[in-house]
Amino acid sequence: MSLVRDFYGSTIGKKVVMALTGLVLVGFAVGHMAGNLKVFAGADATTGVYKIDHYGEFLREIGSEMLGRAGFLWIVRAILLTCVVLHAASGIQLARLNRKAKPAGYKVSSYRSANAASRTMLYGGLFLIAFIVFHILHLTTGTVHYRGFVEGAVYANLYAAFQSPAVAGFYLLSMALLALHLYHGTWSMFQTLGVDAPNWNGTLRAAAKVVALALFVGFSAVPVSIFGGLLKPPAVQSASN
Amino acid sequence: MNLTLFVWRQEAASSAGSFVEYALDGVSEDSSFLEMLDMLNEKLVESGHQPVAFEHDCREGICGSCSMSINGRPHGPKRLTTACQLHMRMFKDGDVIYVEPFRAGAFPVVKDLVTNRSAFDRIQQAGGFVSVQTGAAPEANATPIEKDHADEAFDAAACIGCGACVAACPNGSAMLFTAAKVSHLALLPQGQPERSARVAKMVEQMDSEMFGGCTNHGECQEACPKGISIKYIAQMNRDFISAAVRKARSLRGAMRAQ
Repeated sequence: MSLVRDFYGSTIGKKVVMALTGLVLVGFAVGHMAGNLKVFAGADATTGVYKIDHYGEFLREIGSEMLGRAGFLWIVRAILLTCVVLHAASGIQLARLNRKAKPAGYKVSSYRSANAASRTMLYGGLFLIAFIVFHILHLTTGTVHYRGFVEGAVYANLYAAFQSPAVAGFYLLSMALLALHLYHGTWSMFQTLGVDAPNWNGTLRAAAKVVALALFVGFSAVPVSIFGGLLKPPAVQSASN
Repeated sequence: MNLTLFVWRQEAASSAGSFVEYALDGVSEDSSFLEMLDMLNEKLVESGHQPVAFEHDCREGICGSCSMSINGRPHGPKRLTTACQLHMRMFKDGDVIYVEPFRAGAFPVVKDLVTNRSAFDRIQQAGGFVSVQTGAAPEANATPIEKDHADEAFDAAACIGCGACVAACPNGSAMLFTAAKVSHLALLPQGQPERSARVAKMVEQMDSEMFGGCTNHGECQEACPKGISIKYIAQMNRDFISAAVRKARSLRGAMRAQ
């Protein structure tokens, strides 16, 4: 264990943990965003079940023969939670260290390459944790949904939730902050893992921009389309499915 | 040109410092920033005041002694230039200039603009060398080195250890300095035998000196008077990771033998 302790004890080791857990979380975000787009697939012509409701059920059914219903889902959730905890813990530890290492700033501060994204990683990250907690209580458990949440009726739940301008607006803001976090984080991950050598920097920076923008557009499409009236109200039978 | 200077004055490491305002007239735009400070100091001495303490040696931009932040930027506004090579023509008549020591927790102020940067020496001493038997110099062409590697190693070796990277970093991190020293030897055949141990020891020393961690702001490479790229940080990260993997593998080998 001293090997792990020595590695994590170093600033680079903590950053490697941040980068690897960040990679898992970015991967999850991309998958989540792609899955969300099922909202636009409408309902099955014969059964009338919304495609996204069907997709939600599919996620619960993966590996159910072996692991039981939602067993696989819970394993994934456990992995994601572990990643969030490690990502946040290493981030907070490093931020405390960094603050101690720079006790005083300059009278006139003039950054040349540090940007809004790189300078808000800690606060942006802490905000995202709060968002994730809200989001789970809102659309997974329905605890703070308050608009007739029915488990499994994904389309109807989304439709009801995003009628509220405050809720839709909060999701948009959160996704903007997620994009900002990932614009710096995705590139940073490659730099930390030393993958960016020798001269891929431009490509990786561009890739980070694409990932951040794609996630913002993909995630925001759902609340925007629902609030903007592009998606039809749910048919009654789908809510009881 | 006439200038208004706000210079950080601090009696000792333990005392609190503050900015003191000085009006300086008749500064030649052809003088260097340090010559301008010399001029200020002459006036201070003539009027019976303590001169501003600042570090300087070669005044040719290669020794890394001069260390001050000018308007919040280590070595001042001009890229790829040390404070001694910065000329007053970079400023305008009537400018207000703030002159501060390099700011970082690991570089405590000794006096005025002078900081203690010996943490860099200790990082270097931890592994920034090649252990060889001394003797007659080997024949120069005995060890062929690929041109690209030689160039990359030379770019890293251009580091003068001035500390501008640490001073510019919002985290007070010494990653660029350490990366330059680690990479310059990691890129050459002479550096290979101690490559893993070197990166592990130098990073350990760096962390123990209470420098911050790298968050990839990239401010260090902007401030570096020698234009050292943060690609060397990526290179050092990779070496650090592979050194840890190698160490883990060697422990596994020891278990098998029992």
